Amino acid sequence: MIAPSDEAGLVAAIEAAAAARTPLTIEGLGSKAGFARPVQTAETLSTRNLTGIPLHAPQELIVSARAGTTLAALEAKLAEAGQHLIAEPPHYAFLGAEAQTVGGIIATNLSGPRRIAWGAMRDHVMGIRAVTGRAEVIRSGGRVLKNVTGLDLCKLFTGSYGTLGVMSEVTLKVLPAPEATGTVLLAGLDAATAVKALSAALGSPFSVTGAAHLPQAAAAALGHARSITIARIEDFTDSVHYRIGRLAGIWSGFGAVEQLDTTASLALWRAVRDAAPLALRDGDAVWRVSVQPSAGPAILDMARGAGLDGYLDWGGGLVFLSGPGGETAHAAIAAATRRAGGEWWLLRAPDALRHRPDALPPEPEAMAAIRRRVAAAFDPAGILNPGRLHAA
Amino acid sequence: MIALPQPKTDVLDRRDAVHEGLRALLPARAVITDPSRLKPYETDGLSAYRQMPLAVVLPESTEQVAAVLRFCHQNGVRVVPRGAGTSLAGGALPLADAVVVGMMRMNRILDVNYADRYAVVQAGVTNLGITKAVEADGFFYAPDPSSQLACMIGGNIGMNSGGAHCLKYGVTANNVLGIKLVTIEGEILELGGAHLDTAGYDWMGIVIGSEGQLGIATEITVRLLRAPEGTRAMLAAFKSNEIAGRCVDAIIGSGIIPVALEFMDRPAIHACEAFAKAGYPLDAEAMLIIEVEGSVEEQDSLLGRIKEICGRFDPISLKVSQSAEESAAIWKGRKGAFGAIGRISPDYLCMDGTIPTSTLPEVLRRIGEMSEQYGLGVANIFHAGDGNLHPLIMFDANNPESMHKAEAFGADILKLCVEVGGCLTGEHGVGVEKRDLMSVQFTETELDQQRRVKTAFDAGWLLNTAKVFPLKPGTDTTPAPIPHAA
Repeated sequence: MIAPSDEAGLVAAIEAAAAARTPLTIEGLGSKAGFARPVQTAETLSTRNLTGIPLHAPQELIVSARAGTTLAALEAKLAEAGQHLIAEPPHYAFLGAEAQTVGGIIATNLSGPRRIAWGAMRDHVMGIRAVTGRAEVIRSGGRVLKNVTGLDLCKLFTGSYGTLGVMSEVTLKVLPAPEATGTVLLAGLDAATAVKALSAALGSPFSVTGAAHLPQAAAAALGHARSITIARIEDFTDSVHYRIGRLAGIWSGFGAVEQLDTTASLALWRAVRDAAPLALRDGDAVWRVSVQPSAGPAILDMARGAGLDGYLDWGGGLVFLSGPGGETAHAAIAAATRRAGGEWWLLRAPDALRHRPDALPPEPEAMAAIRRRVAAAFDPAGILNPGRLHAA
Repeated sequence: MIALPQPKTDVLDRRDAVHEGLRALLPARAVITDPSRLKPYETDGLSAYRQMPLAVVLPESTEQVAAVLRFCHQNGVRVVPRGAGTSLAGGALPLADAVVVGMMRMNRILDVNYADRYAVVQAGVTNLGITKAVEADGFFYAPDPSSQLACMIGGNIGMNSGGAHCLKYGVTANNVLGIKLVTIEGEILELGGAHLDTAGYDWMGIVIGSEGQLGIATEITVRLLRAPEGTRAMLAAFKSNEIAGRCVDAIIGSGIIPVALEFMDRPAIHACEAFAKAGYPLDAEAMLIIEVEGSVEEQDSLLGRIKEICGRFDPISLKVSQSAEESAAIWKGRKGAFGAIGRISPDYLCMDGTIPTSTLPEVLRRIGEMSEQYGLGVANIFHAGDGNLHPLIMFDANNPESMHKAEAFGADILKLCVEVGGCLTGEHGVGVEKRDLMSVQFTETELDQQRRVKTAFDAGWLLNTAKVFPLKPGTDTTPAPIPHAA
């Protein structure tokens, strides 16, 4: 493994690999190696030694971190100033104890429950420094919150799984962490009714920042006897009290509404964020599906028919599914998601699934042609994580 | 003086054939070739620059857009996409050998879905038109550029438009879920949809703000948000720019994110007060307009906290609105800023840099020095929460020297923005206006990397040629100067 401690080291490693046309596996700490399609190369280039937080300007809502900084270290630094990462990136329980890097979270564009209200990781990447497959250092964006100067390569790098270049440093917008968190909870709803309740909450003027439904099996993993449907408010204490009260009123027609305080809320939403409600057995696969919220319950129902468990976040629009990773189950998920106009990711799966052409949603040929040209524009020799997102 | 590429003589020579080809693809009403009817399209919001196009087409469907682009691609004809023509950066400035594709006839709202909180609209729907269609049901579309009455969502996609409420609600890129994009080859691509996250590369992310370099958006799926219970504004005036800047830091540092946090300097206060009689304090050096939202009790609580913070910075005056009417009065001067400057100066340039907010006092001091050097007045309006600075440079367009000085002054301000860690443009876009300044912010390596992405979408560099990227042999032909408007 090559693990340089500065950007010049990244440049040297990529330069050598490009000259020799030797493909590289690109990773931070490797926690997400099981996502998407597998890469097999003789050499790995890691950002794990590129650590540190060169800039934190709390009043400007800006932080810069080197790509190999652990997510936990960055979150701790922000917490000292009473701030947090806006998209609430997950620490998926099934990744094990392995720490993950800031670069890895950006490269996979992972967001937590707050995404429904405040946007995804991709919405808060204000600047990047990266070394492309041409071994050139480029910057895009900057350290300010509003910037439309030139093509937004930050967006292109976010979610690119290390296939365009290796990010050395990222600059993120951050926000003050809320003073209080509150939750309203309904027990025993079916998924379709739950999504109606969540839609009512999200369509209210009370700035709901989390909206999830855990069917009975998922709720049981968190100690609840029946399914739970939950909506979150994060704000100043007096606002949380007021808004939770109003949400309870909106939900009164759906059943008895329970209210959770800050401590209980933080624990519950952390579990939702981290996919902790999935009770995983050895060999189980994990899928993540993004659809329009009202389509979520049908995906969940279909999956249950295929012997899978799961739950809904983002008001119904994010479906976590888990169970035996058979090809029939995958094909059924892909088909149902396509019908609903959505997209899917494999977060953990046997190699048979990860090598399928539909491991990621297939592209129309015109899109694939552009994608190949864009990838070649950054990495003409095709040495960075080849095959990670698409077979060709 | 900004150079545009030499027109392709082979295209100019085929003018009649191009007109005929376009007429074969579109209804007669959708093709404009008569010079008197082309005239309204010769410029946009950067009206100092004018150029008659080869033709204007006004397609009425995605398929028609695709047919036009396929035709232009096959015939090597350049294309300039256009929404309402409100670009302040010359983003829709025509070229002599280009077909302008005007999107204003694609102005229908195709779907509104409150359960899943989105709307599907055609590119020619105005920004405000979206909010108007859903506000009776309590919803709104968040980005609110000053031109929102006229500007179109397709143009907002092109420029990644912002507005006064970005600090809380983000810009266009944060509020779009899906785009139907037509490539120069005439392929119709569906990017995103009505769902939140997309797999693979973030095509929407690179298309939004690409200023028509990568394709033409014909249909857009936007996020709808539920409007808050209410909003209320307050005004705080201070003895110096620096004190006002520190007050902004203290507000953000307290954990409050106001929905709007607008800063005006002394010249801006005076111009706006003379125009709008909004009751602004004329003895202040700097003024903040701060807006919060929520229930009446929540507004009271937040404004109380903010007032307490402002009180620590020796304010000249603090005025907390007690009603929607009083809030409107506080906003009246700020919203009339362009008209106000227009009244005291024959012409003005509206600049659009972004700076780290901590550098505001230094930046305003140096802009003041430049103002004296150039002998031109300047008023500064600043989205203080997000660092987006709009200096309004006053000049006389009938005086070529004044015009030249104003452009040089503007360029110096933008270079200063980059020098202190900011950028050339926060929300207006590069267009032709800032194209030649791109090398101030980016290395040639970085520009070449962006150019390669452009080439991956548009190998012939036919889409909005000569905008965004400094001209370079191989991507554009030899530049020729374009005259300023007479």
